[in-house]
Amino acid sequence: MSNTRHAELGLSDEKVLDMYRTMLLARKLDERMWLLNRAGKIPFVISCQGQEAAQVGASFALDREIDYVAPYYRDMGVVLAFGMTAKELMLSGFAKAEDPNSGGRQMPGHFGQKKNRILSGSSPVTTQLPHAVGIALAAKMEKKDFVSFVTLGEGSSNQGDFHEGLNFAGVHNLPVITMVENNKYAISVPIEKQIASKTVADRAVSYGMPGVTIDGNDPLAVYEAVKEARERAVNGEGPSLIEAVSYRLTAHSSDDDDRTYRESEEVEEARKKDSIITFAAYLKEVGILTEEVEKEINKSITDIVNEATDYAENAPYAEAESALKYVYEE
Amino acid sequence: MPVMSYIQAVTTALREEMHRDEKVFVLGEDVGKKGGVFRATDGLYDEFGEHRVLDTPLAESAIAGVGIGAAMYGMRPVAEMQFADFIMPAVNQIISEAAKMRYRSNNDWDAPITIRAPYGGGVHGALYHSQSVESIFANQPGLKIVIPSTPYDVKGLLKAAIRDNDPVLFFEHKRAYRLLKGEVPEDDYVLPIGKADVKREGSDITIITYGLCVHFALQAAEKLAEEGIDAHILDLRTIYPLDQEAIIEAAKKTGKVLLITEDNKEGSIIGEVAAIIAENCLFDLDAPIQRLAGPDIPAMPYAPTMEKYFMVNPDKVEKAMRDLAEF
Amino acid sequence: MASEKINMPQLGESVTEGTISTWLVSVGDKVNKYDPIAEVLTDKVNAEVPSSFTGVIKELVADEGETIAVGDLMCYIETEGGASEDTSERDAEPKEESINEKEVSADQSMKKRYSPAVLRMAQENDIDLSEVNGTGRGGRITRKDIEKVIKTGEMPKPASSEETAAPKAAGSVSSASKQAPVKQQETQAGDIEIPVTGVRKIIAENMVRSKQEIPHAWMTVEADVTDLVSYRNQVKNEFKQKEGFSLTFFAFFVKAVAQGLKEFPQLNSTWAGDKIIQRKDINLSIAVAKDQELYVPVIKHADEKSIKGIARDIYELAMKARSGKLTADDMRGGTFTVNNTGSFGSIHSMGVINHPQAAILQVESIVKRPVIINDMFAARDMVNLSLSLDHRILDGLVCGQFLARVKELLENTNQDNTNVY
Repeated sequence: MSNTRHAELGLSDEKVLDMYRTMLLARKLDERMWLLNRAGKIPFVISCQGQEAAQVGASFALDREIDYVAPYYRDMGVVLAFGMTAKELMLSGFAKAEDPNSGGRQMPGHFGQKKNRILSGSSPVTTQLPHAVGIALAAKMEKKDFVSFVTLGEGSSNQGDFHEGLNFAGVHNLPVITMVENNKYAISVPIEKQIASKTVADRAVSYGMPGVTIDGNDPLAVYEAVKEARERAVNGEGPSLIEAVSYRLTAHSSDDDDRTYRESEEVEEARKKDSIITFAAYLKEVGILTEEVEKEINKSITDIVNEATDYAENAPYAEAESALKYVYEE
Repeated sequence: MPVMSYIQAVTTALREEMHRDEKVFVLGEDVGKKGGVFRATDGLYDEFGEHRVLDTPLAESAIAGVGIGAAMYGMRPVAEMQFADFIMPAVNQIISEAAKMRYRSNNDWDAPITIRAPYGGGVHGALYHSQSVESIFANQPGLKIVIPSTPYDVKGLLKAAIRDNDPVLFFEHKRAYRLLKGEVPEDDYVLPIGKADVKREGSDITIITYGLCVHFALQAAEKLAEEGIDAHILDLRTIYPLDQEAIIEAAKKTGKVLLITEDNKEGSIIGEVAAIIAENCLFDLDAPIQRLAGPDIPAMPYAPTMEKYFMVNPDKVEKAMRDLAEF
Repeated sequence: MASEKINMPQLGESVTEGTISTWLVSVGDKVNKYDPIAEVLTDKVNAEVPSSFTGVIKELVADEGETIAVGDLMCYIETEGGASEDTSERDAEPKEESINEKEVSADQSMKKRYSPAVLRMAQENDIDLSEVNGTGRGGRITRKDIEKVIKTGEMPKPASSEETAAPKAAGSVSSASKQAPVKQQETQAGDIEIPVTGVRKIIAENMVRSKQEIPHAWMTVEADVTDLVSYRNQVKNEFKQKEGFSLTFFAFFVKAVAQGLKEFPQLNSTWAGDKIIQRKDINLSIAVAKDQELYVPVIKHADEKSIKGIARDIYELAMKARSGKLTADDMRGGTFTVNNTGSFGSIHSMGVINHPQAAILQVESIVKRPVIINDMFAARDMVNLSLSLDHRILDGLVCGQFLARVKELLENTNQDNTNVY
């Protein structure tokens, strides 16, 4: 067993099974939210589907006790790995008072949970990147050995904040890892109309940091790249840019119809590389995901999703007047 | 009590706060070795080192955004925008992020950043080194905007801004930097954010203003006192959120109100002050609410004739005050 | 040759002063335009200041080490040729003339433009704004003007107010203007136009108000006051000598009316829309003329006073009216008006009620007339008492009873049962 890929990366069988379990939970929660949306129960969904491997693989490479993450709106896999629960995600989907992200104030996908060091995010894209750089600056100033990890889509890598933030991190040699989840579409505009350089990672050179492009459908490859980047960061070697290439399996959001801009054959082709399938196949191949284990995992995840849905659906909304609270410190 | 200039009060407040709390640090363009283009951070680099007086790349959104991130961690960043005019690239970070951080996270996260910027004209700064930008931010709940008028206020309010647990925009009038000098106590005092301050008691007319215009009003008031016109002057100090109570009280005091800003007239913060007075003081008003402000042109031109035409000055203030007194 | 000034330049956007660290020239040196003349230190920069002219340095005004404000004089330089035009900013616009005080006060165009504050304070303090002097532009009454009125207590009261004060017309002036919207009247040659102002205007307004608002009804009785007349004539000289003022017939009438009102308080009341307010105090307004003006001062608590007391009040109020010394207090609180129309020789008139009172009684001339008593002619002193009443409050029955009672009281006033004290 020591010659398996995950063992070579120092990952135990339990660890990789845990990775798979987290990926699958993200997928199943996401699928449930689409159903709830189409049933008219929640107004909006924005998906992680197709990007779970990159999200979970990266998170497992971080120190989930001390590192900070600044996720973007698709990162259900990241926040689950960092301690947010299925119930909490569902509460956010239903916009209920107990939602730890925002108490029902923000749309789903706008994550944030201080106790798990998940920075609060907004809808304007890439604004979280300078925040992650700021966290890294604090780590450096305070001489702490945590790192910050920030994600965004490839479309967002065209924003000024991407350039400004990474350049700042490069100049000041800060412990921040930036992972671009390249799912090949910015809503409807494909990558070739978004980015003039060959890859997003190519941009790293101008910020004075290494940039790598990896297979975002392979959680182990992502794990390896992020692990390496984290080591560099805590060793004072500065920031890294990682481009994890995968595919967005759903429409942009519940309000988008992707048939207007891409062929269904293209989506079907991408589904063959779906990490939920390929990683399960790997785990079966190395004998970790036995039929029995798979059955147990599927059952427990179904239970978790059902329970979370029921709980969130029945949970109370925030009082209307509570809209006035927390504009300033109270 | 030591007498210092407006800008020395800025430096003093920064220095004292950096000594008081290790989490306080300064970041911005040219704030380090040079000590700031106006020398507001003069000497801090030598005293605290490059890690706490950070020269950043020339990129305002990063200055604000990185500052916000550090603040979310628990640091107390004081970011400098070299000129208020150049804050525009950082507007997304300030309005979408800092202003909404506490609210959008339901009180889970906060962003206690202070953003300083020199504003205002009368220094041959032309269109892009003279603007008043406060009204852009003055309808963003979650933000606080402070504009001090005296060295004493600068020290007390900048300290308060740094200690405040919400984001504060701190606009300093660049012409006031070396023009205004005043007594500043050596002790560690803090002035309340959100409270206006009566700078002169009077019974004939009420002037409500802020920043450098407070001085124009005070100068004019002394002159008019010789003619028997007694002006009451309220310095807003915090222009967002406004101290409604103080505004109402000052307006009711005389029933004749002149509002002054150096900003363009339409859509300026004094329009909001006028609305507060109109809502609350109708039966105490003895004259139409008057506004003295810059003209509605994009910004102040370079040529001295046009600059003078734009700028509020003591003569214009005096004329407006007399006019209202005679009404 | 011409002498030019070189001033401290502004060396930086926020710089307001500079220190001359070193003079690079001395008096007598010839300098070309743009040659450096001094090193200047500011908070922001350390710079060499160039000469703005070609010429010879004449005087170094500022010393080395001296800090001077931007725009202040550094040195004089003697230049060739005529004085060059000073290109520095100049205040091109002429100073605005200060507004002539007298002109302002003569202009009364803003006199009736009341601000919300002025209106509120006038209403709260019952101030007649038409009587307040405005010190604002165009004669506008300022808030301060009202504050002053309130502070000093010299309050011109609105004539229409219930607690009547201020110059106010008696209710009986039948010549008062009758309709509010006045048609433009043509004037013929020789006609005199008299502006309607002051008290005349207020009289007019009050009369219109009373007639428009109050449905008037009238009633007259005749009283035989022969005994009253003989009694009064019998004691009047001694009274005048003793008291220093006259014992008028009117005092007897006022006394009788006060007594009548005590018994018929319905007449001592006020219409208040949804209710009628019956007054406890009997305060009788009396009309006193002065030139073209008419005042209605009040005899307070007339029911509690003797004839002498009433006579004294009448005397004093009349004196005050004629000397212009009536106070607001003298004219406040009337509940019923007794009008001495007899003094004009009138024998019958229909008074206009003194708003908001309920009635007015006209005491006409006492006339000696043949009257049949016990089927015989007798020469008797007769007087008509004409009552105008607010028909909303009062009806014929109660008024008839009231008049009958007053008549009875007057007819039984005689030497035997009446004491003026």
